[in-house]
Amino acid sequence: MNRKIITSAHGGGGTATKEIIDIAREYLGNPALDQLGDSALLDLDGTGIAFTTDSYVIDPIFFPGGDIGKIAVCGTVNDIAMEGAKPLYMSLSLILEEGLEFELLERVIASVASAAREAGVLVVTGDTKVVEHGRAGGGLFINTAAVGRRYEGCDTSVSNAAPGDLVVVTGTIGDHGVTIINEREELELESGLKSDVAALNTLVEELLTSVPGIKSLRDPTRGGLAAALCDIAGASKAGIEIEEVKIKVKREVKAACDLLGFDPLNIANEGKAVIVCSEDSADEVLKICRDNEFGRESVLIGSVVSEHPETVVLRTTMGGKRIVDMPRGENLPRIC
Amino acid sequence: MNVDKLIESISNKSDRIGRKVNLMEVCGTHTMAAFRSGIRTRLPQQVRLLSGPGCPVCVTSDRYIDHAIELAMTENRIITTFGDMMRVPGSRGSLSLAKARGKDIRVIYSPQQALVAARKNPGREVVFLGVGFETTTPLVAWTIQNAFSQKIPNYSVLCAHKTIMPAMRALCDSDDVRVDGFLCPGHVSVITGAEIYQPLCREYHAPCVIAGFEPEDILLSIDMLLNQIISGEASVEIQYTRSVTTEGNKLAQDCVNDVFEPCDVPWRGMGVIPSSGLSVRSSYKGYDAELKFPDIRVNEVKRDTGCRCGDVLRAVITPSECGLFKKECTPDNPIGPCMVSSEGTCAAYYRYSRIDE
Repeated sequence: MNRKIITSAHGGGGTATKEIIDIAREYLGNPALDQLGDSALLDLDGTGIAFTTDSYVIDPIFFPGGDIGKIAVCGTVNDIAMEGAKPLYMSLSLILEEGLEFELLERVIASVASAAREAGVLVVTGDTKVVEHGRAGGGLFINTAAVGRRYEGCDTSVSNAAPGDLVVVTGTIGDHGVTIINEREELELESGLKSDVAALNTLVEELLTSVPGIKSLRDPTRGGLAAALCDIAGASKAGIEIEEVKIKVKREVKAACDLLGFDPLNIANEGKAVIVCSEDSADEVLKICRDNEFGRESVLIGSVVSEHPETVVLRTTMGGKRIVDMPRGENLPRIC
Repeated sequence: MNVDKLIESISNKSDRIGRKVNLMEVCGTHTMAAFRSGIRTRLPQQVRLLSGPGCPVCVTSDRYIDHAIELAMTENRIITTFGDMMRVPGSRGSLSLAKARGKDIRVIYSPQQALVAARKNPGREVVFLGVGFETTTPLVAWTIQNAFSQKIPNYSVLCAHKTIMPAMRALCDSDDVRVDGFLCPGHVSVITGAEIYQPLCREYHAPCVIAGFEPEDILLSIDMLLNQIISGEASVEIQYTRSVTTEGNKLAQDCVNDVFEPCDVPWRGMGVIPSSGLSVRSSYKGYDAELKFPDIRVNEVKRDTGCRCGDVLRAVITPSECGLFKKECTPDNPIGPCMVSSEGTCAAYYRYSRIDE
């Protein structure tokens, strides 16, 4: 009875997920894997490439702002981009449930095509499997993988942040996670809120080819801004201090979080980047981001500090301080 | 008034009082709000915020969790619950583990969704885990009224609803901890109205302020409590005036009274508190999961884990004074419920307070 088993908490992207990664590392560990970046960074006969894979089991399949097809492209493209590489080619694996309507499948594939075109990547290989009814959640799961070419001389690892660097987020946080909860649970929160799902590779390309001071890039997906910042602080062995007043949270996102007892810092985003850059390049970074359609609301939220290494501290609106912890497990609504 | 002015005012009043003042925030949402906003880091040392028994998950007994898991073991049942309950350890694991082993346990966001599940699955029994204070109870009562009027026979509630006042009274009666004033729960008071706290003032001379949840609300409420302490008064004041009235939500109260009646129930760490729980009235007994499935018997299992959640809930100790805190007991491996719930005191201390230490 006491054998340890996987629970949904292990899918939350926080400390519970790490237990799974630890097993993988124990058996599979190698220098490329051990970097634990969004993508593996490899050298192929002198060419630096980034290689990644991701699976998509999102329910519902269609949601305001996107669908499983769009997110399967953007998520994987972003994983390549955040590691300082230009995404080029992708794979697409479909796990389909018996009973799935062809029309729905076609809509999803059309969405994959449109997102891939916008991101400038080609889907060059794929696979299909069909499973019994009920074995693929809402009707289909998608796995994608991608490869990209690294930008010359760019290292955007989460371990590069150093005291004095500044931290930029490319817009409002929590939009995606709250949109999905609202749709899936039919909370009927009155709002025009939609997912922020977007491919950020053009934004990253502009940054990396015109600003020399980019230190670290991370997309704050599962686990939200909190997990991304904790990753950076931990890997860089530096402290990060952020200011609550600077962080943009849409009114409807804040309201939903208040209602459910969630912290917007822990809610997933699918079209945002956390950028750590040197102090003297921050103005240029902000300008480039704000000129890009996916970074209009970019904002400086804090800085890397030498105090409290490996810890993220939030200076609250009322001038207090608190720790921003690595989220644990999934977000569960509270009782009052 | 802005935050800095409020802090200054609180500091001045604290100096005037000239001794340590224990203020209890009864509600878990206040505990979390106080930590998230960093209020504790800005209060003068003489003003202590104690966390009370207002996290419904935390005060729920092991036996209840065991009962819920036992109910889930039958193929034909769907257990519906608020997410907070999922990871609370009972004597035989948690609902989360039972779900991972294939039991049909569903996290819902509103009790109404449980009723919808019953309607969609006419061949199966849907049980809702009714846990929560006055804020949640009316919604659950409403589902029972609707199940009754719409003749939905396959719905029932495993009821562990509680009311907050008897617990506050029990705290005042105990010698364990001296509370100089209560920050009364905002959401609960929207339903109950402010009048229910009068006995605390009359009988125990305890100042009460019903507080909202923004940092300014909490600070202003603390300031109001200090005013009462300085003047030697004890009255019920409403800071959260934008939502709370004297008489509360009559409609919700009637709904609860129609479906539930008071009963004596055990609180974790506080023992049985008279008339502090709610049970389903006999006119709705078909919707009481405990009566509906009498074959399921669960005994109280005494677990000697060393967990001191009970003492934490009464504010006798702070979490860091528990020997398990941050050692055996962490949010990833919670021994007691206060470490599980997003509003639990131990979880709040663990996540947010390291900076103070």
